[in-house]
Amino acid sequence: MDNTYLDMELLRFTTAGSVDDGKSTLIGRLLYDSKSIFEDQLDQVETSSKKRGLDHTDLALLTDGLRDEREQGITIDVAYRYFATPKRKFIIADTPGHIQYTRNMVTGASTANLALILIDARHGVVEQTCRHSFIASLLQIPHLVVCINKMDLVDYSEEVFEKIKAQYESFAAKLDVHDIRFIPISALKGDNVVNKSEKMSWYQGSTLLYTLENIHIASDQNHIDCRFPVQTVIRPKQDEYHDFRGYAGRVAGGVFKKGDEVAVLPSGFTSKIQAIHTMTGEIDEAFAPMSVTMTLEDDIDLGRGDMIVRTHNRPDVSQEVDIMLCWFNQTGPMPRAKFTLMHASNEVKAMINKVQYKLDINTLHRNEEDLDIKMNDILRVSVRTTKPLMKDSYRKNRLTGSVILVDDATNETVAAGMII
Amino acid sequence: MSKYNLTHLKELESEAIYVIREVFAQFEKPGILFSGGKDSIVVTHLARKAFWPARIPFPLVHIDTGHNFPETIAFRNDLAKEIGAELVVPLVQESIDKGRVREETGKDASRNWLQITTLLDAIEENGFDALMGGARRDEEKARAKERFFSHRDDFGQWDPKNQRPELWNIFNGKKNFGEHFRVFPISNWTEMDVWQYILSENIAIPSLYIAHNRDVIRRGGTWLPNSEFIKLREGEEIVNKKIRFRTLGDITITGGDESDADTLEKIVAEVAAARQTERGNRADDKRSETSMEDRKKEGYF
Ligand SMILES: Nc1nc2c(ncn2[C@@H]2O[C@H](COP(=O)(O)OP(=O)(O)O)[C@@H](O)[C@H]2O)c(=O)[nH]1
Repeated sequence: MDNTYLDMELLRFTTAGSVDDGKSTLIGRLLYDSKSIFEDQLDQVETSSKKRGLDHTDLALLTDGLRDEREQGITIDVAYRYFATPKRKFIIADTPGHIQYTRNMVTGASTANLALILIDARHGVVEQTCRHSFIASLLQIPHLVVCINKMDLVDYSEEVFEKIKAQYESFAAKLDVHDIRFIPISALKGDNVVNKSEKMSWYQGSTLLYTLENIHIASDQNHIDCRFPVQTVIRPKQDEYHDFRGYAGRVAGGVFKKGDEVAVLPSGFTSKIQAIHTMTGEIDEAFAPMSVTMTLEDDIDLGRGDMIVRTHNRPDVSQEVDIMLCWFNQTGPMPRAKFTLMHASNEVKAMINKVQYKLDINTLHRNEEDLDIKMNDILRVSVRTTKPLMKDSYRKNRLTGSVILVDDATNETVAAGMII
Repeated sequence: MSKYNLTHLKELESEAIYVIREVFAQFEKPGILFSGGKDSIVVTHLARKAFWPARIPFPLVHIDTGHNFPETIAFRNDLAKEIGAELVVPLVQESIDKGRVREETGKDASRNWLQITTLLDAIEENGFDALMGGARRDEEKARAKERFFSHRDDFGQWDPKNQRPELWNIFNGKKNFGEHFRVFPISNWTEMDVWQYILSENIAIPSLYIAHNRDVIRRGGTWLPNSEFIKLREGEEIVNKKIRFRTLGDITITGGDESDADTLEKIVAEVAAARQTERGNRADDKRSETSMEDRKKEGYF
């Protein structure tokens, strides 16, 4: 059997663009050209295209769930789509670009390795381009791919492309993103999406698909700072494992090896890793994002919410934390409201002590006057918790540096935040 | 590939195990909705991995419509025994007998909708607060937006407008009394991933998935298995074909494809070359374009 499939990597990316920039068309084309579309799905799209009086098959209809919703003005949300090439499997978090939906973009961006930003070549960088890019930067998406779309409508002009690129770069200097690439494409005609464009011989770079397949993502994980949030303790009832006490979790950072000296937080007790278990046998080392079970050499009282780290490299343990918060809920918080703050496998009660400023995500201006918290606001806040958090800055580790706030009255997730 | 890099299958596996452990940690009485299909078999396998060397701490909950493939039932019983899992089997027939639901009549009658009541009753009677299922987002339009942790109100209903955002790997399983969650650990898997995983882990699956000879009837563009529940219609005849099933539902509505794929390797090759989505042969989805969305709102899997 052809085994290449078993060697594939996973790339998660998010897409963003203003309405009509061609996002659905582009996704449709990626799915279609990578043969991820089945006949019955294509039949449906052909029928719908005809129903709408189109003379071509509109690939954008492949993702029409969101389009219909948009037209009807109901829920707009993140939709996940999948395709694969022999090199990689891709998960697309498809988020609508509408102005109000910061919340969805933040959600889609939270797990992405890459953000695909669409710009209409006729319009250049617009307000929403800046907003999407800023969110990608805030959420620390390591790679940005800026697709300048509809090149067919500007005569495939190099000048137009270069102008938009320069425009984007001058704005992006303010962002915290280090890998930005630009690709001139026509999603509709297929130029530089999967196949190299014959109309743009001046463009020396890679096609979009080639970029997605080859961009280096192995170093996106933090393999330096060892963090193992304990999800649950495994105590088998079978006699043969009578003394087994395993700590189950998913490595959030670093590489843990059998025999490593470790500390358990928040208690601070130290021990050594006795073994790292999986159902198919013990392994010598575990790294992010592996789910494993560890046993320690000493009997230590430890459970869900605790964290195993290396003795010489510890996260900050504190009850005061500064957070960039994105407020999701329709209603803002009541004064001095208490929340449940979820962080890694830990849960504590928390209160927003102070709003330091609100960020205008179009201009990056810090507003220290209007500190009222409303839906889709991004704010820097100081939070106090009832129990210590074992935390890293979000820049250092996306998993031990992120939190959500849950309203105890409604159980809703009202905000998400990045630890500073 | 660099040393500290996982293949996509290992990463998906690790994500699913993480989700399953979250369910165990956040809920009081979780279970696995076990249909006997490959997806719920994979979820069960992942649950074993998540808690090994302990036994899986969840019962397998099988909503029994009475319209099963006999192979599915035998497989279910063997698996539960082998892994030492408790089986909970609520019967649709019982819901009918108790007058909770009425059997559909007419030529396309099925027990698909009836299962919803049986399931919701079982959730209440057993006090389940989370049920894990094998649904995947790539299966169907309505599922593309589904969460890992999908909140259901106290009528068991799904409100697509009121789902919680899920960020990073933080899952909010908080709920009020009477509400419950459906959890989908393999949300991010595709059909191809599932088959590759079954192959690479050597997971046992019901023989129905593998090409075999069977008496079938041509109906609605697919080969429906002959069974005691089926009435021949005008012009139909029973023929014997070598077929296999790509999904397993009730024997009354699950169509097979002609196939020579009689090994896992051949199935994977066939899936890779497939031209139809796997649900394409399920009569329950064909009733209307939005049928899945409708059923989900009512509390379907
Ligand atoms: N000429 C041209 N039209 C395009 C291109 N990409 C998209 N469009 C058209 O732009 C319109 C909006 O595209 P759509 O994909 O629906 O945009 P979305 O709102 O971003 O999803 C549609 O009429 C598309 O056919 C392109 O590369 N060239």
